[in-house]
Amino acid sequence: MTTLEAIIMVAVFAAATFITRALAFALFPAGKPTPKFVVYLGRVLPFAITAMLVVYCLKNTVILENPHGAPELLAILLVAALFLAFKNSLLAIAVGTVAYMLMVQVLFA
Amino acid sequence: MDKRNKRKKGIVAAAFPHTIPVLTGYVFMGMAFGILLASKGYGALWAFAMAVTIYAGSAQFVAVGLMAAGFDPLGAFLVTLMVNARHVFYGVSMLERFKSYGKAKLYMIFALTDETFALHCSAKPPKGMSEERFYLAISVLDHLYWIVGCTVGGLIGGAMSINTLGIDFVMTALFVVIFLDQWKKKQNRTPALIGLGASIVCRLVFGPNWFILACMAALVILFSLFKKPLDREVRE
Repeated sequence: MTTLEAIIMVAVFAAATFITRALAFALFPAGKPTPKFVVYLGRVLPFAITAMLVVYCLKNTVILENPHGAPELLAILLVAALFLAFKNSLLAIAVGTVAYMLMVQVLFA
Repeated sequence: MDKRNKRKKGIVAAAFPHTIPVLTGYVFMGMAFGILLASKGYGALWAFAMAVTIYAGSAQFVAVGLMAAGFDPLGAFLVTLMVNARHVFYGVSMLERFKSYGKAKLYMIFALTDETFALHCSAKPPKGMSEERFYLAISVLDHLYWIVGCTVGGLIGGAMSINTLGIDFVMTALFVVIFLDQWKKKQNRTPALIGLGASIVCRLVFGPNWFILACMAALVILFSLFKKPLDREVRE
Protein backbone atom coordinates (compact mmCIF):
# COMPACT_ATOMS: atom_id res chain seq x y z
CA MET A 1 0.00 0.00 0.00
CA THR A 2 1.13 3.56 -0.66
CA THR A 3 1.06 6.06 2.21
CA LEU A 4 -2.05 7.69 0.74
CA GLU A 5 -3.83 4.32 0.51
CA ALA A 6 -2.90 3.57 4.13
CA ILE A 7 -4.27 6.97 5.21
CA ILE A 8 -7.53 6.24 3.36
CA MET A 9 -7.76 2.86 5.14
CA VAL A 10 -7.31 4.50 8.56
CA ALA A 11 -9.99 7.09 7.67
CA VAL A 12 -12.36 4.27 6.68
CA PHE A 13 -11.79 2.42 9.99
CA ALA A 14 -12.43 5.67 11.87
CA ALA A 15 -15.60 6.51 9.91
CA ALA A 16 -17.10 3.02 10.28
CA THR A 17 -16.39 3.00 14.03
CA PHE A 18 -17.99 6.42 14.48
CA ILE A 19 -21.07 5.35 12.52
CA THR A 20 -21.72 2.43 14.90
CA ARG A 21 -21.35 4.72 17.91
CA ALA A 22 -23.53 7.52 16.53
CA LEU A 23 -26.29 5.44 14.93
CA ALA A 24 -28.61 5.35 17.94
CA PHE A 25 -28.28 9.11 18.43
CA ALA A 26 -29.08 9.73 14.76
CA LEU A 27 -32.15 7.46 14.90
CA PHE A 28 -33.48 8.97 18.12
CA PRO A 29 -32.61 12.70 18.14
CA ALA A 30 -32.56 14.60 21.43
CA GLY A 31 -35.34 16.98 20.40
CA LYS A 32 -37.95 14.23 20.18
CA PRO A 33 -39.14 11.92 22.96
CA THR A 34 -37.38 8.53 22.72
CA PRO A 35 -39.79 5.58 22.36
CA LYS A 36 -40.46 3.99 25.76
CA PHE A 37 -39.31 0.58 24.58
CA VAL A 38 -35.94 2.01 23.54
CA VAL A 39 -35.55 3.71 26.93
CA TYR A 40 -36.30 0.38 28.62
CA LEU A 41 -33.73 -1.37 26.40
CA GLY A 42 -31.19 1.27 27.35
CA ARG A 43 -31.77 0.44 31.00
CA VAL A 44 -31.47 -3.36 30.85
CA LEU A 45 -28.91 -3.77 28.06
CA PRO A 46 -25.73 -2.63 29.89
CA PHE A 47 -25.74 -5.66 32.19
CA ALA A 48 -26.45 -8.10 29.36
CA ILE A 49 -23.75 -6.47 27.23
CA THR A 50 -21.05 -6.89 29.88
CA ALA A 51 -21.77 -10.63 29.91
CA MET A 52 -21.75 -10.62 26.09
CA LEU A 53 -18.35 -8.89 26.08
CA VAL A 54 -16.86 -11.57 28.36
CA VAL A 55 -18.07 -14.21 25.91
CA TYR A 56 -16.86 -12.03 23.01
CA CYS A 57 -13.34 -11.96 24.47
CA LEU A 58 -13.40 -15.74 24.79
CA LYS A 59 -14.95 -16.40 21.37
CA ASN A 60 -11.84 -18.02 19.89
CA THR A 61 -11.10 -20.25 22.88
CA VAL A 62 -10.48 -23.85 21.80
CA ILE A 63 -12.47 -26.16 24.06
CA LEU A 64 -12.38 -29.48 22.21
CA GLU A 65 -8.59 -29.64 21.76
CA ASN A 66 -5.71 -29.36 24.17
CA PRO A 67 -5.52 -27.40 26.53
CA HIS A 68 -9.36 -27.34 26.49
CA GLY A 69 -9.67 -23.70 27.55
CA ALA A 70 -7.80 -24.38 30.79
CA PRO A 71 -5.68 -21.17 30.69
CA GLU A 72 -8.80 -19.05 30.16
CA LEU A 73 -10.79 -20.79 32.89
CA LEU A 74 -7.96 -20.70 35.44
CA ALA A 75 -7.12 -17.06 34.73
CA ILE A 76 -10.77 -15.99 35.01
CA LEU A 77 -11.13 -17.83 38.33
CA LEU A 78 -7.96 -16.10 39.54
CA VAL A 79 -9.25 -12.67 38.48
CA ALA A 80 -12.61 -13.28 40.18
CA ALA A 81 -11.02 -14.61 43.38
CA LEU A 82 -8.58 -11.70 43.64
CA PHE A 83 -11.27 -9.12 42.93
CA LEU A 84 -13.73 -10.59 45.44
CA ALA A 85 -11.05 -11.07 48.12
CA PHE A 86 -9.26 -7.71 47.87
CA LYS A 87 -11.88 -5.50 46.13
CA ASN A 88 -9.01 -4.28 43.97
CA SER A 89 -9.68 -4.35 40.24
CA LEU A 90 -6.17 -3.20 39.30
CA LEU A 91 -4.54 -6.08 41.18
CA ALA A 92 -7.01 -8.62 39.79
CA ILE A 93 -6.56 -7.51 36.18
CA ALA A 94 -2.76 -7.23 36.30
CA VAL A 95 -2.10 -10.52 38.11
CA GLY A 96 -4.71 -12.36 36.03
CA THR A 97 -3.22 -11.15 32.74
CA VAL A 98 0.37 -11.95 33.69
CA ALA A 99 -0.73 -15.40 34.89
CA TYR A 100 -2.54 -15.97 31.59
CA MET A 101 0.48 -14.90 29.55
CA LEU A 102 2.73 -17.27 31.52
CA MET A 103 0.26 -20.10 30.96
CA VAL A 104 -0.04 -19.68 27.17
CA GLN A 105 3.64 -18.86 26.62
CA VAL A 106 5.27 -21.36 29.01
CA LEU A 107 3.01 -23.77 30.87
CA PHE A 108 0.66 -24.83 28.04
CA ALA A 109 2.96 -23.91 25.16
CA MET B 1 -8.93 31.78 35.37
CA ASP B 2 -7.52 30.45 38.65
CA LYS B 3 -10.96 29.47 39.85
CA ARG B 4 -11.68 27.73 36.58
CA ASN B 5 -8.46 25.78 36.73
CA LYS B 6 -9.20 24.70 40.28
CA ARG B 7 -12.63 23.46 39.30
CA LYS B 8 -11.15 21.57 36.37
CA LYS B 9 -8.63 19.91 38.67
CA GLY B 10 -11.46 18.95 41.03
CA ILE B 11 -13.37 17.26 38.22
CA VAL B 12 -10.33 15.31 37.01
CA ALA B 13 -9.47 14.33 40.60
CA ALA B 14 -13.00 12.98 41.07
CA ALA B 15 -12.98 11.10 37.75
CA PHE B 16 -9.46 9.67 37.90
CA PRO B 17 -9.94 6.93 40.56
CA HIS B 18 -12.79 5.43 38.51
CA THR B 19 -10.55 5.18 35.45
CA ILE B 20 -7.65 3.30 37.11
CA PRO B 21 -8.77 -0.17 35.89
CA VAL B 22 -9.07 1.21 32.35
CA LEU B 23 -5.67 2.89 32.72
CA THR B 24 -4.00 -0.50 33.23
CA GLY B 25 -6.10 -2.19 30.60
CA TYR B 26 -5.60 0.47 27.94
CA VAL B 27 -1.87 0.93 28.47
CA PHE B 28 -1.34 -2.86 28.24
CA MET B 29 -3.71 -3.36 25.32
CA GLY B 30 -2.56 -0.24 23.51
CA MET B 31 1.06 -1.33 23.81
CA ALA B 32 0.19 -4.77 22.45
CA PHE B 33 -1.53 -3.06 19.50
CA GLY B 34 1.39 -0.71 18.83
CA ILE B 35 3.90 -3.58 18.94
CA LEU B 36 1.76 -5.69 16.60
CA LEU B 37 1.26 -2.80 14.15
CA ALA B 38 4.99 -2.03 14.14
CA SER B 39 5.68 -5.66 13.27
CA LYS B 40 3.69 -5.07 10.03
CA GLY B 41 5.84 -2.07 9.12
CA TYR B 42 3.65 0.75 10.49
CA GLY B 43 5.53 2.61 13.23
CA ALA B 44 4.61 4.73 16.24
CA LEU B 45 3.20 7.62 14.20
CA TRP B 46 0.61 5.29 12.64
CA ALA B 47 -0.26 3.81 16.04
CA PHE B 48 -0.71 7.33 17.39
CA ALA B 49 -2.91 8.42 14.46
CA MET B 50 -5.08 5.31 14.71
CA ALA B 51 -5.47 5.68 18.49
CA VAL B 52 -6.58 9.30 18.08
CA THR B 53 -9.00 8.84 15.16
CA ILE B 54 -10.34 5.26 15.39
CA TYR B 55 -10.13 4.68 19.15
CA ALA B 56 -11.51 1.14 19.27
CA GLY B 57 -9.61 -1.80 20.76
CA SER B 58 -10.92 -4.79 18.88
CA ALA B 59 -11.45 -2.87 15.60
CA GLN B 60 -7.85 -1.64 15.67
CA PHE B 61 -6.55 -5.17 16.18
CA VAL B 62 -8.61 -6.33 13.21
CA ALA B 63 -7.35 -3.29 11.29
CA VAL B 64 -3.73 -4.44 11.70
CA GLY B 65 -4.53 -7.56 9.70
CA LEU B 66 -6.40 -5.57 7.05
CA MET B 67 -3.58 -3.02 6.71
CA ALA B 68 -1.16 -5.88 6.14
CA ALA B 69 -3.48 -7.52 3.60
CA GLY B 70 -3.62 -4.59 1.16
CA PHE B 71 -5.84 -1.75 -0.08
CA ASP B 72 -9.53 -2.68 0.22
CA PRO B 73 -11.55 0.23 1.66
CA LEU B 74 -14.98 -1.34 1.12
CA GLY B 75 -13.95 -4.58 2.80
CA ALA B 76 -12.38 -2.60 5.64
CA PHE B 77 -15.58 -0.56 6.04
CA LEU B 78 -17.86 -3.61 6.24
CA VAL B 79 -15.61 -5.58 8.59
CA THR B 80 -15.29 -2.60 10.94
CA LEU B 81 -19.08 -2.11 10.97
CA MET B 82 -19.49 -5.76 11.96
CA VAL B 83 -16.77 -5.81 14.60
CA ASN B 84 -18.22 -2.66 16.19
CA ALA B 85 -21.92 -3.48 15.79
CA ARG B 86 -22.29 -3.86 19.56
CA HIS B 87 -21.59 -0.13 19.93
CA VAL B 88 -25.08 0.62 18.59
CA PHE B 89 -26.37 -0.71 21.91
CA TYR B 90 -24.16 1.63 23.92
CA GLY B 91 -25.72 4.55 22.12
CA VAL B 92 -29.19 3.24 22.99
CA SER B 93 -28.18 3.08 26.66
CA MET B 94 -26.73 6.59 26.66
CA LEU B 95 -29.57 8.31 24.74
CA GLU B 96 -31.25 9.65 27.86
CA ARG B 97 -28.06 10.74 29.63
CA PHE B 98 -26.48 12.52 26.67
CA LYS B 99 -29.76 14.22 25.73
CA SER B 100 -29.07 17.38 27.71
CA TYR B 101 -25.34 17.54 26.96
CA GLY B 102 -23.94 20.46 25.02
CA LYS B 103 -20.71 20.88 23.11
CA ALA B 104 -19.07 17.77 24.52
CA LYS B 105 -21.81 15.43 23.23
CA LEU B 106 -20.28 14.71 19.83
CA TYR B 107 -16.89 13.88 21.33
CA MET B 108 -18.47 11.66 23.98
CA ILE B 109 -20.36 9.71 21.30
CA PHE B 110 -17.10 9.31 19.36
CA ALA B 111 -15.28 8.17 22.50
CA LEU B 112 -17.90 5.63 23.64
CA THR B 113 -15.67 2.54 23.77
CA ASP B 114 -16.54 -0.70 25.59
CA GLU B 115 -14.58 0.32 28.66
CA THR B 116 -15.71 3.95 28.76
CA PHE B 117 -19.29 2.81 28.33
CA ALA B 118 -18.85 0.45 31.29
CA LEU B 119 -17.49 3.29 33.43
CA HIS B 120 -20.33 5.58 32.39
CA CYS B 121 -22.68 2.90 33.69
CA SER B 122 -20.93 2.28 37.01
CA ALA B 123 -19.30 5.59 38.08
CA LYS B 124 -21.41 8.32 39.65
CA PRO B 125 -20.32 11.97 39.93
CA PRO B 126 -19.84 13.40 43.45
CA LYS B 127 -22.67 15.57 44.78
CA GLY B 128 -22.81 19.05 43.30
CA MET B 129 -20.51 18.29 40.37
CA SER B 130 -21.64 18.75 36.79
CA GLU B 131 -22.55 15.30 35.47
CA GLU B 132 -21.56 16.23 31.92
CA ARG B 133 -18.07 17.38 32.92
CA PHE B 134 -17.49 14.39 35.18
CA TYR B 135 -18.29 11.91 32.39
CA LEU B 136 -16.39 14.02 29.86
CA ALA B 137 -13.32 13.81 32.12
CA ILE B 138 -13.66 10.01 32.20
CA SER B 139 -13.94 9.91 28.39
CA VAL B 140 -10.90 12.15 27.85
CA LEU B 141 -8.73 10.32 30.43
CA ASP B 142 -9.53 6.93 28.86
CA HIS B 143 -8.74 8.27 25.39
CA LEU B 144 -5.39 9.63 26.63
CA TYR B 145 -4.45 6.26 28.19
CA TRP B 146 -5.21 4.57 24.89
CA ILE B 147 -3.18 7.07 22.85
CA VAL B 148 -0.20 6.76 25.22
CA GLY B 149 -0.39 2.95 25.23
CA CYS B 150 -0.62 2.63 21.42
CA THR B 151 2.18 5.14 20.78
CA VAL B 152 4.55 3.66 23.36
CA GLY B 153 3.82 0.21 21.91
CA GLY B 154 4.71 1.52 18.45
CA LEU B 155 8.00 2.88 19.78
CA ILE B 156 8.84 -0.37 21.59
CA GLY B 157 7.80 -2.49 18.62
CA GLY B 158 10.04 -0.42 16.37
CA ALA B 159 13.02 -0.99 18.68
CA MET B 160 12.76 -4.70 19.62
CA SER B 161 10.62 -7.81 19.33
CA ILE B 162 8.56 -8.95 22.33
CA ASN B 163 6.36 -11.95 22.93
CA THR B 164 2.97 -10.39 23.63
CA LEU B 165 1.06 -13.65 23.24
CA GLY B 166 -1.84 -13.63 25.68
CA ILE B 167 -1.68 -9.92 26.53
CA ASP B 168 -5.16 -9.41 25.06
CA PHE B 169 -6.48 -11.29 28.11
CA VAL B 170 -6.36 -7.92 29.84
CA MET B 171 -9.64 -7.12 28.07
CA THR B 172 -11.25 -10.34 29.32
CA ALA B 173 -10.07 -9.64 32.86
CA LEU B 174 -11.43 -6.10 32.68
CA PHE B 175 -14.91 -7.26 31.65
CA VAL B 176 -14.93 -10.05 34.26
CA VAL B 177 -14.25 -7.44 36.95
CA ILE B 178 -16.97 -5.13 35.60
CA PHE B 179 -19.37 -8.09 35.42
CA LEU B 180 -18.72 -9.00 39.09
CA ASP B 181 -19.12 -5.37 40.10
CA GLN B 182 -22.51 -5.12 38.37
CA TRP B 183 -23.52 -8.49 39.86
CA LYS B 184 -23.49 -6.96 43.37
CA LYS B 185 -26.78 -5.20 42.64
CA LYS B 186 -29.62 -7.71 42.70
CA GLN B 187 -31.73 -5.99 40.04
CA ASN B 188 -28.89 -6.30 37.50
CA ARG B 189 -28.71 -10.07 37.76
CA THR B 190 -31.60 -11.15 35.54
CA PRO B 191 -30.46 -9.02 32.55
CA ALA B 192 -26.87 -10.18 33.16
CA LEU B 193 -27.89 -13.85 33.12
CA ILE B 194 -30.00 -13.33 29.98
CA GLY B 195 -26.97 -11.75 28.31
CA LEU B 196 -24.67 -14.55 29.43
CA GLY B 197 -27.02 -17.32 28.30
CA ALA B 198 -27.87 -15.69 24.98
CA SER B 199 -24.25 -15.00 24.06
CA ILE B 200 -23.04 -18.51 24.92
CA VAL B 201 -25.85 -20.11 22.91
CA CYS B 202 -25.30 -17.73 19.97
CA ARG B 203 -21.53 -18.33 20.01
CA LEU B 204 -22.11 -22.13 19.87
CA VAL B 205 -24.74 -21.89 17.13
CA PHE B 206 -23.40 -19.07 14.90
CA GLY B 207 -19.62 -19.33 15.40
CA PRO B 208 -17.07 -16.67 16.38
CA ASN B 209 -17.68 -14.21 13.51
CA TRP B 210 -21.46 -13.90 13.46
CA PHE B 211 -22.50 -14.42 17.03
CA ILE B 212 -22.39 -10.77 18.11
CA LEU B 213 -25.00 -9.77 15.52
CA ALA B 214 -27.10 -12.83 16.32
CA CYS B 215 -26.80 -12.15 20.03
CA MET B 216 -27.86 -8.52 19.61
CA ALA B 217 -31.00 -9.64 17.80
CA ALA B 218 -31.63 -12.34 20.42
CA LEU B 219 -31.27 -9.83 23.27
CA VAL B 220 -33.79 -7.41 21.74
CA ILE B 221 -36.26 -10.27 21.30
CA LEU B 222 -35.69 -11.70 24.80
CA PHE B 223 -35.94 -8.31 26.49
CA SER B 224 -39.15 -7.49 24.65
CA LEU B 225 -40.63 -10.84 25.74
CA PHE B 226 -39.70 -10.24 29.39
CA LYS B 227 -40.41 -6.52 29.39
CA LYS B 228 -43.11 -6.51 32.05
CA PRO B 229 -41.30 -8.29 34.91
CA LEU B 230 -37.89 -6.79 34.04
CA ASP B 231 -39.15 -3.25 33.73
CA ARG B 232 -40.58 -3.53 37.23
CA GLU B 233 -37.44 -5.18 38.64
CA VAL B 234 -35.05 -2.55 37.24
CA ARG B 235 -37.23 0.33 38.43
CA GLU B 236 -37.34 -0.96 42.03
